[in-house]
Amino acid sequence: MIKFTVNGAEHQFDGDSTMPLLWYLRDHAGLTGTKFGCGIAQCGACTVHVDGEAARSCTLPVAGLEGKKITTIEGLAEGRLHAVQQAWMEQDVPQCGYCQAGQIMAAVDLLKRHPDPSDEQINTLTNLCRCGTYPRIRSAIKRAAALAKSESAGREADA
Amino acid sequence: MSKQSPNVSPLRDWQQDLHDRSVPTVSTTHADRRSFLKASLTAAGALLITASLHPRRARAESSSSPGMLGFFVRIDTDGTTHIGARSPEIGQGVNTSLPMIIAEEMDADWARVKVKQMPMALKKIDEAPGIAWKYGPQGAGGSTSIPSAWSDLRQVGAKVRQLLLQAAASQWEVPVSDLRTEAGVVIHADGRRLSYANLAASAATSAWPEADVPLKDPKDFRIVGTAQPQVALREIVTGRAEFGIDARMPGALVAVVARCPHFDGEIESFDASAAKQIPGVREVLVLPGPKHGEPISANLATGVAVLADDSWAAIKGRRALQIRWKPGPYAQESSASLDRQCAELLKGEGIRCREDGDFDAAREAAARTVEAVYRVPYVSHCPMEPQNACVHVEADRVRIVAPMQSPSGASRVAHQLTGIDRFKIDVRMTRVGGGFGRRLSNDFVAEAVLLSKLSGKPIRLLWTREDDMRHDFYRPFGHHHLIASVDEQGAVSSWAHRLASASKYYRRPNVKPEDMWNPEIYPDDFPAQLVSNLRLEWFAVDSGMTRGSWRAPAHTANAFAVQSFIDELAVATKRDPVALRLAMLGEPRELEYGGHGGPVFDTGRLAGVLRRAADKIGWGRDPGKGRGLGIAAHFTFGGYAAHAMEVAVADDGSYRIERCVCAVDVGRPINRSGLEAQMIGGTIDGISTARNLEIHIRDGQVVEGNFDRYRLLRMADAPDVEVEIIDSEADPAGAGEMGIPTAAPALTNAIFAASGVRVRSLPIGPKIAAG
Ligand code: FES
Ligand code: FES
Repeated sequence: MIKFTVNGAEHQFDGDSTMPLLWYLRDHAGLTGTKFGCGIAQCGACTVHVDGEAARSCTLPVAGLEGKKITTIEGLAEGRLHAVQQAWMEQDVPQCGYCQAGQIMAAVDLLKRHPDPSDEQINTLTNLCRCGTYPRIRSAIKRAAALAKSESAGREADA
Repeated sequence: MSKQSPNVSPLRDWQQDLHDRSVPTVSTTHADRRSFLKASLTAAGALLITASLHPRRARAESSSSPGMLGFFVRIDTDGTTHIGARSPEIGQGVNTSLPMIIAEEMDADWARVKVKQMPMALKKIDEAPGIAWKYGPQGAGGSTSIPSAWSDLRQVGAKVRQLLLQAAASQWEVPVSDLRTEAGVVIHADGRRLSYANLAASAATSAWPEADVPLKDPKDFRIVGTAQPQVALREIVTGRAEFGIDARMPGALVAVVARCPHFDGEIESFDASAAKQIPGVREVLVLPGPKHGEPISANLATGVAVLADDSWAAIKGRRALQIRWKPGPYAQESSASLDRQCAELLKGEGIRCREDGDFDAAREAAARTVEAVYRVPYVSHCPMEPQNACVHVEADRVRIVAPMQSPSGASRVAHQLTGIDRFKIDVRMTRVGGGFGRRLSNDFVAEAVLLSKLSGKPIRLLWTREDDMRHDFYRPFGHHHLIASVDEQGAVSSWAHRLASASKYYRRPNVKPEDMWNPEIYPDDFPAQLVSNLRLEWFAVDSGMTRGSWRAPAHTANAFAVQSFIDELAVATKRDPVALRLAMLGEPRELEYGGHGGPVFDTGRLAGVLRRAADKIGWGRDPGKGRGLGIAAHFTFGGYAAHAMEVAVADDGSYRIERCVCAVDVGRPINRSGLEAQMIGGTIDGISTARNLEIHIRDGQVVEGNFDRYRLLRMADAPDVEVEIIDSEADPAGAGEMGIPTAAPALTNAIFAASGVRVRSLPIGPKIAAG
């Protein structure tokens, strides 16, 4: 029996522990926002956060998740949309939208590491978008950085 | 066609879906779903435009009149306006742009609009083939959704407005001519106002106008021509948008299939005992496939299917299968053998697809002749969402939920495989994780139908990436031999395009051998009618690869060859590449264009995008050492596009796009944000494909299987794309495909300008070979 949390809720799994987290989420937890694109950690469509860091869930067996905290796209907004989600909407980023959950999870992770990312830092993102939304992703990341900055300034002013 | 069809479709109308939580709704205001549910619950007084004081008569009309006008709009008493989106949303933005057209003509308040995907619906008609679209065309391909919507959905919106005007007129007892409308309200000349929400119930009692009603003067447009974010944004960024792969059917087994990897091969033997040991694996079935060389009308290849409780068990089960395959007649085929075949073919004589003037004589008499051969490889569609389908075949009905570009094709293939009446085949389109032409084929639907029929269970078919990349309808492979001569004055006096390619019509049902060239060479394309001695010649390449429509089909290959060659011609004759193109296009005029996107090709509009792109990039300036400017322009399916790029080539042969301009004229823009997105996406797709992508063949099998070897462009190599939209008042064309064809030649022309190296074989690769 493996125990971990997904978006704050306790999960237990006693099935095949070689199952990648991606399939657990999609087939067993009813969380289909995390997408399957390649299955070999190449495309990033399946990106989630494990203990706060981006990870490609298609190659993460459930066996290694004991005690981990997992966040998926469905759990990213806490009460209100995350700054990255807001920026994605402002910039009208998605086309088909299939890669975008993974793109957003990867961008949130990037902004945690680099709150004011340079173009070179944005270039380290390797998530694939077959529709070619990269230019809008780039501008949305910059916009999200600005939004996050004004949000945290707002929080400090409130305190 | 069907044995005993009832008169009306037993399928629910999409309006009923409004009360069904399982069918996603998306909203322009991005309100959350809870508020929508509330709106639905209070929708008792809602306007169902199909309702009528004379319900029987109105219903009969609405199910027999062409266009199905009454089916698209509903206004709730709180003013929420529901608009149905009939075409599949594959990322091209039609779930936003099509409802914008209806909203415009009905004068809706766009901020109050909610959009819902309509299911596919058919109706019976008396004329052959006895069946027709109920809501109008519902496919996604050929950039046709917008032009067809422009011709019928404007009337839908205008008729809704008409009903609301009449309702206000009778309430106030005034003539309709005293009234006008503004976003969601009818206004009397004296200033009185009535909201659509208040008028909806009474408007619903009038009969649907049969005759066409006047349309808005485009100068009064408030919605069409603006930039609107796509309606499903909130659902997408929160992970709630439902794609095909997210669809579920109670009791469904997940099916993963091991398909024969050899072109036209077969199963020799297999052992499923280990697979059946995997916990969760329920059944292993042989999936029948098409016979050698026969038309492919259902699935692509024979295989062995593992049916399991969940995806992982099915994937593991497939891994455990022991299968011996029998290679088919193409076991010797390789990429190199195709290259040799093309070179050999081009030495001979092909089919003359167009012959104007006397090419041979003109060439003989010419002052100068230039020729070159270009190579365009096979490429895969690889939409981000791999193929999948949920299908349940029951004794007398079929239910299909899948990401499709051709839902009617899905209905046809299900009928073909089950014999079940098409009116008992329920086809639901989900949001689609990319199309690019791949999902114009319904081979994956056919597989799920076959497996559901064989197992008697609902099937959730899942393709892995390897399945998707190795079992595709690839963009055709070809060698293009171009020859042109110039006369003493420097004018292009003759032109030949000799193409050896593997026709996309390979194994397509109902295609005559003599028509195989039709999808490879479009006879009216530039420079036809602009060069008096012109020859278009085609040679059939024999290949076992299945081929199909890849975003902007032959335009991607042909524009690369033609637009590269013009550049070579300009260099050889010391002319400016833009000036040469403009000289060839000549005075702005309309030429006949018989192919898709016609009936005319306007040389002035092509010159317009060319000039705009040239201006924007600063054509004529010296970009400095190691840098170059490149340009290309092409007419694709009714739209005109040009790319201009500035490229820097380093000493080690690596190259970088420093600037990229895309100028586009697709007629009147509907949604500027969506149009810009399509041009950015098309451009990136074109660059990605030109730079890195080729599907190789070895021993009659596809080599690449996943994104590790099939290297799609990533963020670090994606340039910003400066989109220049021409403000045209011409009727709108689509925009899904126009952004691709000129990206590759603009890039390779810029590489030549920067380095002197001419890239004639795609893909370019991450570095160019030293010049
Ligand atoms: S599905 Fe995990 S990286 Fe592609
Ligand atoms: S939006 Fe379609 S794959 Fe990224």
